[in-house]
Amino acid sequence: MNPPSSSRIKVRPATEREGRKDYITIKDYGFWYGQKKALDAISLDIPERQVVAFIGPSGCGKSTLLRNLNRMNDLIDDIRHEGDITINGRSIYDPGLEVISLRRRVGMVFQKSNPFPKSVFENVVYALRVVGVRDRAVLEEACETSLRKAALWDEVKDRLDDSALGLSGGQMQRLCIARAIANRPEILLMDEPCSALDPIATGKIEELIHELKDQFTIVIVTHSMQQAARVSDRTAFFYLGKQIEYDTTEKIFMNPSQAQTEAYISGRFG
Amino acid sequence: MASSSDSSTPRGEAWVWFTGLGLIIGLGMVIGLLSLVFVNGITVFWAPPVPVAQVDDGRTIIGQLAQRRIRAGSPADQPRYELQYQVGLRELNGNSYLWVDETKIKAEAFPADVLGLERVEHGPAFVRPQSLRKSDGKVVLITDSAFESALQAEVSAAAEVREKFEEITRHRIGDVNHEMDEARVALRRAEDLKLADEIAVRRRQIEGLEERFVILKAEAQKIVNGGAVALLDTKDAAGREVVIPLTQIVRAWFPNRLDTWGRTQLFASRLGEFIFDEPREANTEGGLMPAIFGTLVMTVFMSLMVTPFGVITAIYLREYAQKGPILRIVRISVNNLAGVPSIVFGVFGLGFFVYVLGGSIDQLFFSDQLKYNNNTPVFGTGGLLWCSLTLALMTLPVVIVATEEALSAVPRGMREASLATGASKWQTIRDILLPASAPGILTGVILAMARGAGEVAPLMLVGVVKLAPTLPFDGTAPFLHMDRKFMHLGFHVYDLGFQSPDSDAARPMVFATTLLLIVLIVFLNLGAITIRNRLRARFKGASF
Repeated sequence: MNPPSSSRIKVRPATEREGRKDYITIKDYGFWYGQKKALDAISLDIPERQVVAFIGPSGCGKSTLLRNLNRMNDLIDDIRHEGDITINGRSIYDPGLEVISLRRRVGMVFQKSNPFPKSVFENVVYALRVVGVRDRAVLEEACETSLRKAALWDEVKDRLDDSALGLSGGQMQRLCIARAIANRPEILLMDEPCSALDPIATGKIEELIHELKDQFTIVIVTHSMQQAARVSDRTAFFYLGKQIEYDTTEKIFMNPSQAQTEAYISGRFG
Repeated sequence: MASSSDSSTPRGEAWVWFTGLGLIIGLGMVIGLLSLVFVNGITVFWAPPVPVAQVDDGRTIIGQLAQRRIRAGSPADQPRYELQYQVGLRELNGNSYLWVDETKIKAEAFPADVLGLERVEHGPAFVRPQSLRKSDGKVVLITDSAFESALQAEVSAAAEVREKFEEITRHRIGDVNHEMDEARVALRRAEDLKLADEIAVRRRQIEGLEERFVILKAEAQKIVNGGAVALLDTKDAAGREVVIPLTQIVRAWFPNRLDTWGRTQLFASRLGEFIFDEPREANTEGGLMPAIFGTLVMTVFMSLMVTPFGVITAIYLREYAQKGPILRIVRISVNNLAGVPSIVFGVFGLGFFVYVLGGSIDQLFFSDQLKYNNNTPVFGTGGLLWCSLTLALMTLPVVIVATEEALSAVPRGMREASLATGASKWQTIRDILLPASAPGILTGVILAMARGAGEVAPLMLVGVVKLAPTLPFDGTAPFLHMDRKFMHLGFHVYDLGFQSPDSDAARPMVFATTLLLIVLIVFLNLGAITIRNRLRARFKGASF
């Protein structure tokens, strides 16, 4: 087995930080859309405050898995699952756990930026508004903090009351990140956050992911191998609903144990 | 190897023309109808010159040309026309309108002394005035150059007197009557319950009101008999002498003397009367203010009622209801509701809203009124509220369907973004979905308004009347009287066109009223469209 020709792909050495090693645990997880099985026997642990990338060809189930982490797939009719997902030891399917409170702890950024047709300010503080925060000072502070974390503050601080729809594509996506982190979730899910962005905006968002992982556990789905290599500590490779390999990013990209993984990351299929 | 793709002759797409044809036919019919209504409606107020025509049989006709049509039975290649003149003076001629064969007219002249009159009773008149006996006793002859100004001065003086008289008879005596009714009901109640003090108070109140009534009546009488009445001596077409008291005259003009400016002024004055005054002469003359007001108020209330109902229903159907056969049946039923004949809604409105709901309201809150006022219902009879509700029910499917469409057209990303931040479903609907679908909802409301404002059949059953004595809005508490019957432009068209004893006289008013109704609906819609466009501008640039 030859190491993949990775001259183009620069792998960041994995950083070990303190925190639970099994912060998110996915165990023997299977998932069906109607009769179609989308995920099969997924088992992986995601450590606290690390970035985990899901990679794989289209339709491999990586987005489905991501969207199950905050039960976004509940919006779809006729779904069913087996196995379990726990966050910090508690099952997300626990009947005593409300979906709403789960989603407040697990923020999400989507493939297409989807700001609300409201002002920049109202977009950012929306998550606080829905939990009933009315205090203007608190909202303003949260707005500034989130926008700073999302590296957008300097660009929009003078136009907080303008419509968010007037921002550029990259700004909109960073605004969505700011919105997702405004109520301080523990986990941030990113579903191909850069697929619609130009390289400069992509670079900014990747930089942002580095910054954010000090505070959040980040799960990112990406089609870009380079991106996975650049931003993640661990990488999982999926193919046809199955988990092929899950290891440190360095290992996956430098020395994958599965031939399929190697073939995919070296661009021979996918 | 000549395939169609490399042919050098460009090939047209025949079906494009076909779709264009559909548009042209549709547009043609709409424009044709609108221009028919517009031309006929607007010319009602224009005063053309009035001819004096000599007919073969020795008759003379003074009248305004109303219509020209081909005589029935005349050969198609050589059509013979007949003319309809509005000659007025119904009390003498028996009919205001006259048909004459065009070929039988020997001579036609436009003498300057022909006078057109609009009168309080018996419709218009076209006469040749001789002299004016003024209220101060002086006589002005037609040959006198001051005749016209003297006539107009007397007409406006008479109008003032009429106005004062109206003020007393309609408003002040009306108020007394209203109070009297209330006092009588209270008296009957007091007598029934044997409340001695109350009986005495009420009796005294009634006596006081009766006194006021007598005083007002005398006052009104004094106004009418106050000064000497000015009289206009005229001759009609046949040369008969006709004396017309000035109190009868609403408007006088010399149709053959007016220049274009004068005709324009007359036009504006008549149009103003049409819009701002109350009807006269079994609704065939005067204005339509009560009907305009009634239509407007009813349409607004209908919209206010149908919008929340429709939106709430649509939210439940789209967002909360469990998908399955029952939901499908409900949807189909709602859509079919739009196809139910409107008169059926009227019958339902009468049976349910008026009798059941209105009857119950009367039993609960107006039982005294029922018991002591000869069972006169308050809400248990047709009225503004029931009309608005009936039409709201009728237009409900439009709003439901539009709202459902608008909700489903909100990009999924927006909904997901809201839910992903931890908003509940209701918060998502309230903060995100409803604002984003507001333009679509308003489109539904616009359609509902257009349908509701033009509807007549159901209204006849639930509260629209030919002539309402009072507006649904006035100075007495609670100011807006939802229980009152009211007038409606659509019903007015039907009533004038098909229920009027003199259909010739009513014909121009039918067109004018139709035009007014169309203009009113256009303005209501423009208002709603403006709001919608403002909302739309807020969401412009949403890239999902």
